[in-house]
Amino acid sequence: MTIAATPAPSPATAGERPGVRMARSRRNAELSLLLLAMALVAAYGAMVEAKVLDTITPGFWVPAAALTAVFLGVHLVIRFLAPFADPALLPAVALLNGLGVGFLRRLDLAKAAPEERADLAIFAGTGGRQLAWTLMSVILAAGLLTLMRDHRSISRYAYTLGLAGIVLVMLPAVLPASISEINGAKLWVRIGSFSIQPGEFAKLALLVFFAYYLVRKREVLSLASHRFLGIDFPRGRDLGPVLVVWAISLLVLVFEKDLGTSLLYFGMFVATVYIATERVSWLLIGLILFFGGAYLAYVLGETVGGPFANFYLRAQIWLDPFAEPYDDGYQLVQGLLALGSGGLFGAGPGGGQPLLLPEVQNDFIFAGIGEEIGLFGLSALLVIYLLIVERGLRAALAVRDSFGKLLAGGLAFTLALQVFVIVGGISKLIPLTGQTTPFLSAGGSSLMANWLLVAVLLRVSDAGRRPVGGSGGTVTRPSGPPEQLHGAPTEVIKP
Amino acid sequence: MNAPLRRVGVVVIVLFGLLFANLNWIQAYKADEYRTSDYNGRVQVAKYDRKRGNIEAGGTALAVSKETDGELKYLRTYPGGAKYAHVLGYEPVNGSATALERAENDFLAGTSDQLIVNRLRDMVTGDTTAGGNVLLTLSKRAQDTAYDELRDNNRGVAKGAAVAIDPATGAVQALVSIPSFDPNPLSSHNTNEATAAYNRLEQDAERPLRNRALDEVLPPGSTFKIVVAAAALENGVTKETEIPAGASYTPPTSSEPIGNAAPSICPESKVTLMNAVTESCNTGFAKLGGELGPDVIKEKARQFGFEQEDLTVGRLGEGGLSVAASRTGSMENPDGSPDPAALAQSSIGQRDVRMTPLQGAMIAAAVANGGSQMRPYLVRQLLAPDRTTVYDTANPRELRRPVSGQVAADLRDMMVSVVENGTGRNARINGYTVGGKTGTAQSAPTRPDHGWFIGFALDSDGKPISAVCVVLEEAGDGGSAEAARIAGQIMRAAIADPGGR
Repeated sequence: MTIAATPAPSPATAGERPGVRMARSRRNAELSLLLLAMALVAAYGAMVEAKVLDTITPGFWVPAAALTAVFLGVHLVIRFLAPFADPALLPAVALLNGLGVGFLRRLDLAKAAPEERADLAIFAGTGGRQLAWTLMSVILAAGLLTLMRDHRSISRYAYTLGLAGIVLVMLPAVLPASISEINGAKLWVRIGSFSIQPGEFAKLALLVFFAYYLVRKREVLSLASHRFLGIDFPRGRDLGPVLVVWAISLLVLVFEKDLGTSLLYFGMFVATVYIATERVSWLLIGLILFFGGAYLAYVLGETVGGPFANFYLRAQIWLDPFAEPYDDGYQLVQGLLALGSGGLFGAGPGGGQPLLLPEVQNDFIFAGIGEEIGLFGLSALLVIYLLIVERGLRAALAVRDSFGKLLAGGLAFTLALQVFVIVGGISKLIPLTGQTTPFLSAGGSSLMANWLLVAVLLRVSDAGRRPVGGSGGTVTRPSGPPEQLHGAPTEVIKP
Repeated sequence: MNAPLRRVGVVVIVLFGLLFANLNWIQAYKADEYRTSDYNGRVQVAKYDRKRGNIEAGGTALAVSKETDGELKYLRTYPGGAKYAHVLGYEPVNGSATALERAENDFLAGTSDQLIVNRLRDMVTGDTTAGGNVLLTLSKRAQDTAYDELRDNNRGVAKGAAVAIDPATGAVQALVSIPSFDPNPLSSHNTNEATAAYNRLEQDAERPLRNRALDEVLPPGSTFKIVVAAAALENGVTKETEIPAGASYTPPTSSEPIGNAAPSICPESKVTLMNAVTESCNTGFAKLGGELGPDVIKEKARQFGFEQEDLTVGRLGEGGLSVAASRTGSMENPDGSPDPAALAQSSIGQRDVRMTPLQGAMIAAAVANGGSQMRPYLVRQLLAPDRTTVYDTANPRELRRPVSGQVAADLRDMMVSVVENGTGRNARINGYTVGGKTGTAQSAPTRPDHGWFIGFALDSDGKPISAVCVVLEEAGDGGSAEAARIAGQIMRAAIADPGGR
């Protein structure tokens, strides 16, 4: 860590610690941005109604107002319980969530018979259910902020959460397909008409465990090494946990038939290991292992089939979706056509044909929205995601403790990776896998998990930006990475 | 741990950069390809947002779009049904339209450049006006008669065609092909039903989707004698010139003798050209063709419209239904010298001579119109959605002039003689001068003959009113007489209702 790497934009106010602005909570900025975001959501709802119904109903503002009310509630919680939290996070997430609700409501309008459209109840349909999920998720997030006054407190439950995470990950894989498989991916637990994706919560739980484990082991992992080709490689015995996670993610790939989730867990783990150890070798090992494993699965899928066949099929679709445009490639083809039909400016809110898209409320919501807001609109959405991720990373930079850094950095990167996996999937950048689009896709599990993630980021950013013992107070700077101990035989002694 | 965190930040920016670049590729570079892709349902949905214009003839709507409650707002229906199916075609939800629905698609759909004012107005008012309307030249009465008579022909023939055109303008009065089909199921919004209906028609051995009036080429038989007679009249023969005939004629180098349809036909050694046409004397024309040579006959046929590959019938001048080329085929030996056997058979419309029913009608029309062959057309007028603005009123034009006025007059006299004294008596109409030529063409050695009739009707002032061609495929004996009868009925209907209104 060096002063030169300070992320704070105004060096004048930066103290000894990077990224800290003293005694400025910026809660009013958050409030203004939030109101702006909600005004956009309300305007979006009005435009949709104008296009789909040919008139703007007197109640067009109700969903936006309901969202505004709960987000204002979170704002108040933050104001009192995390006054120094990052002011951009809440408005950015609120905007995405609001647009998601608006788009899902727009789908309901398109599905409803013409005479029913005008009086669609506020909690009716997918949009209404998403609104209800939002309320619950936000309350949950506010509850987490309230209970968790210091992010380090959750490290006490690290092993419990780690175990819970593994159970949640493996649950759909071991359950029979009848209650865990939807659209070829075993990611679900269905109880009656109610279904949850345990993986969404597992990734949070596992990350807490990773962060805790790596903070304790980081020195061993980062220092004890063999030098090979100018790169420090870890000792074999320290590779153990990494190999275990690699094996788990490959098992996920094979038994849950889902490359995206597998990529997500593995990327999350590699990133946190890398952040913890600062060793590029871990990145190389991770990338080689993952791509090697994926390639192996592809080859096995082609020759052996069996559990690998699904992955092989997905890779084939990715390579040429138009080979079977009405069959295997249908989803991806329709996604591409929706995006292409949107073009630069889009058909306008309500102007597209999202019902032509399969899974438009879940996996393909980004394509459905893209048809209506065009390349310019989607670029704006990507920028908002990028803003959330970079703010999360910034919270990681600013916070003082290693656990907080790993936690916030890992969560932020996981969010980015998830956006990459799903948006890249529907736009044929990478093979398509069933991931939810954070804050946009319909579904309570994803929304709740991502709001909890935001609550943690808010908490960490509050800790990072909170002034300590008055302005410019002296803080013990963590020392830089210790010297390498090449060929260290066993335990490393802390200097 | 801050340095790797920063690098992770860079990785995230790279990942998002990849997403952004890829979206540019899809939404900007590939956008047009995807927007117009065959797999893109939006193309169809958007198409059905605007009411497609009518196709009408004689004030009757033959194709109408009706509003529905479904996702596709308008359903294309064809009140004209099977009678007009081959002219109008159909507009399916998936796949491409046919016939005039295809040729006039831009105007009907409202996307034509001519309708840009309407679209600009729509942009201001926010409405979606309907597409333009296409008015046809068809005479409803002639078309109905042609379809009914052809379908109920007394030979029990399932396949055939009839074309009637106004010789003076080229306006098509009737255009019928049997068997026909109901186009309504093909435009159904239930695409499974539409596909099933299409597959049934496509697999039907009688090929009902085929427009036999324009696409089918058959040996014309004796109707081709009009072309040979025209060539003879231009080469020193008059209608009273006696030409060699006889009961039988075996061309040099041939083993197959050519005979006449009946022993009573031109058994004498010489007959006048007039009589040879009137009685349809095969031996006379076989010998006459030998005299004239292949080049003269082929050139005359070409001047009547044979060998033209790019003729279309629709809007005058542009697009429409394509017409198969009629052919004279080869009449020479491989070394280029005339093959007497082929020449003799070709001169009576056999061997490799092939003609479309439209071509037959155009020959009759040229004779009736004093030697001037008008370009045939189906679209009389384009009417804007508001039905007041008129575009593209057809302005008839001469396609070619196959024969001089004098030769045309001689041919007309001979053809009138055919109907008054010869093989075409069934086509007579009281108070009108009717001319024509029958044809009985061998199809395949074991199959019945095709029956042809080409002819025209003139009013008492000698003004041409209608020229017709009727063909009954594999009709056997009496086929040409039945064709003549049907032709007479069609011309009668055309006299009562000349169409083009």
